[in-house]
Amino acid sequence: MAILVKPDTKILVQGITGSFGARHTQLSIDYGTQVVAGVTPGKGGQSFEHNGKKIPIFDTVAEAAKQTGATVSAIFVPPPFAADAILEAVGAGLELAVAITEGIPVNDMVRVKSAMHGKKTRLIGPNCPGVVTPGTGKDSQGGCRIGISPGYIHKKGNIGVVSRSGTLTYEAVWQLTCRGVGQSTCVGIGGDPVNGTSHLDIIKMFNDDPETTGIIMIGEIGGSAEEDAAEWIKNNCKKPVAGFIAGTTAPPGRRMGHAGAIVSGGKGTAEAKIAAFKDAGIAVASTPSEMADTLLKMMK
Amino acid sequence: MNIHEYQAKQLLAQYGVPVPLGEVADTPEAAKKIAEKIFASGETMVVIKSQIHAGGRGKGTFKSGFKGGVKLSKSADEIYEHAKAMLGQVLVTKQTGPDGRLVSKVLVAGAPQIKKEFYCAALLDRNTSKPIIMVSTEGGVDIEEVAEKHPEKIIKETIDPAVGFYPYQGRKLAIALGLKGDLIAAGAKFFAALYKTFWECDASMVEINPLCIIVGRDGKEVLSAVDAKIGLDDNALYRHANIQAMRDLAEEAPLEIEASKFNLNYIKLDGSIACLVNGAGLAMATMDIIQHFGGEPANFLDVGGGATKDQVTAAFKIILSDPNVKGILVNIFGGIMQCDIIASGIVAAVKETGLKLPLVVRLEGNNVQIGKQILKDSGLPIISGDSMADAAQKVVKAVKV
Repeated sequence: MAILVKPDTKILVQGITGSFGARHTQLSIDYGTQVVAGVTPGKGGQSFEHNGKKIPIFDTVAEAAKQTGATVSAIFVPPPFAADAILEAVGAGLELAVAITEGIPVNDMVRVKSAMHGKKTRLIGPNCPGVVTPGTGKDSQGGCRIGISPGYIHKKGNIGVVSRSGTLTYEAVWQLTCRGVGQSTCVGIGGDPVNGTSHLDIIKMFNDDPETTGIIMIGEIGGSAEEDAAEWIKNNCKKPVAGFIAGTTAPPGRRMGHAGAIVSGGKGTAEAKIAAFKDAGIAVASTPSEMADTLLKMMK
Repeated sequence: MNIHEYQAKQLLAQYGVPVPLGEVADTPEAAKKIAEKIFASGETMVVIKSQIHAGGRGKGTFKSGFKGGVKLSKSADEIYEHAKAMLGQVLVTKQTGPDGRLVSKVLVAGAPQIKKEFYCAALLDRNTSKPIIMVSTEGGVDIEEVAEKHPEKIIKETIDPAVGFYPYQGRKLAIALGLKGDLIAAGAKFFAALYKTFWECDASMVEINPLCIIVGRDGKEVLSAVDAKIGLDDNALYRHANIQAMRDLAEEAPLEIEASKFNLNYIKLDGSIACLVNGAGLAMATMDIIQHFGGEPANFLDVGGGATKDQVTAAFKIILSDPNVKGILVNIFGGIMQCDIIASGIVAAVKETGLKLPLVVRLEGNNVQIGKQILKDSGLPIISGDSMADAAQKVVKAVKV
């Protein structure tokens, strides 16, 4: 089962011919992901070649989806054009758009989010590492890798991981894999203040996914998405959840790398989030080195 | 990015928000001239305000001993004297920290008689992903305190970004503030212009505190943005050349400016253990784990997902220019980034900078074995950490010895 994507999910890549998009498309193909199309306006009819595979490039998302049956888009388009790219994926009626792009103006995302209301497409990101549902092969190959996560750190299994941060997700995933524990799906929801999918959205999916038996939720300072998720978990979640909040030592009023990671007006502090987690029965790892162990101890 | 009050008022005025008559000066002579002009226009009181990116100016003290970064006066000569006391001096307020900030510009403006003070701001509401305008009858005071003690005194109006700000929303806010008669329409116009400034400048926050009812020269009551603060979305600066030009490098920490040249995200802190990490979340978590084991982080530093050898070398130089640093922790999860490239960068940087401080390196991920071998073969006294916890404990111990 897993959530959002399965090993046979067909993916198209918007921005496949840019160096960043091309590199990660190659890595996804090597991982065994079903990359079936690329989209670069003006390069329709050409193809993207890697390791003997020829992937057709289209001028539009709608055409790519129609011709190849792709249902999910990975978006690597540069920031000034990313909002347009996301809305093109929405307009084409895709099920899922995963926006990797970092640095999209906040107001662009405010507009995008408003325009997506009531549409069938779900957006993950932006400014996120993407989604991985590990496969059964060597180094978890044969799974679905969308985005920029290193494939080999994963292992097929039953733990769901959700986080705003890329490398902190890798840290949690790698801790699990090193202990022989696999993951159902790992989702990076992104570090921007306006994103398509929240911690809570993903937690609900993990809760409903029969394959997922435990969850690691990683949050950071800024906003109140972690508190919202904790509130729901307290009353509804059937599965053990372990968590970690980054930014206990972050000075207030400063943006810590991620556009959304800021304590402002006394809101969005790590302390408040940790307290909300504890109140909801979420086991909080006292250091980022203990994320996997904290969950595994709960599941014993 | 933040801008000065005088710049914020220039932007607000462009979008039709009424602000007091005023200009910026960088010499006492210029300040005097502006004051004379304002008095000539009929104002009876002029204010001179130190321009720094920090609040609490009025109650601040200059290192010279001169009290008050904001002064009122009825004479242009006195404005000259105040300007002389402020310009070129360092102002310390509760927001600047003990180092204070150098005042190199003053805003000289009309100070009309204030009848009433309010608070208002335009910002993003992260819960709804929509802009809001927030007002309060408690103006001129610390709004965070109001929010905590009297949340009912803060009124919010959500704006649908697709259709923009409607006049009725402005009237609603004006009435919530207790405005009456002509001031209701004036308020609606004021809030519409405030929203326009926020939206079209790609601001992260426009704060007007206080928004005042003042007595105009004809004796009629009007609204005026007496103080203003604007923060801007860095991601959108590329489409606002006029705002980019407002950046004041003197207000930024020199090491942070240097870091931004190399696309490094660096924030200086007060501790003694420097860290160099890839990824913002991991960088924050690395600071946290240093503190967990009894150390204090000297900085936040995210070298990004695809750091090059040059970036790593630059990062080391920046870290080492902080005199408080007694030890360094490098924490790299080389997901896509190759650990061997990072390791070569570290070795080169250590050699180039002649590093004498203890250095703990934790590498994980792609080509980690080759990376570790490169560090070992270098013959440099690099301490290897196996996990984040192990590395953090080792660097804390090394610094304490």
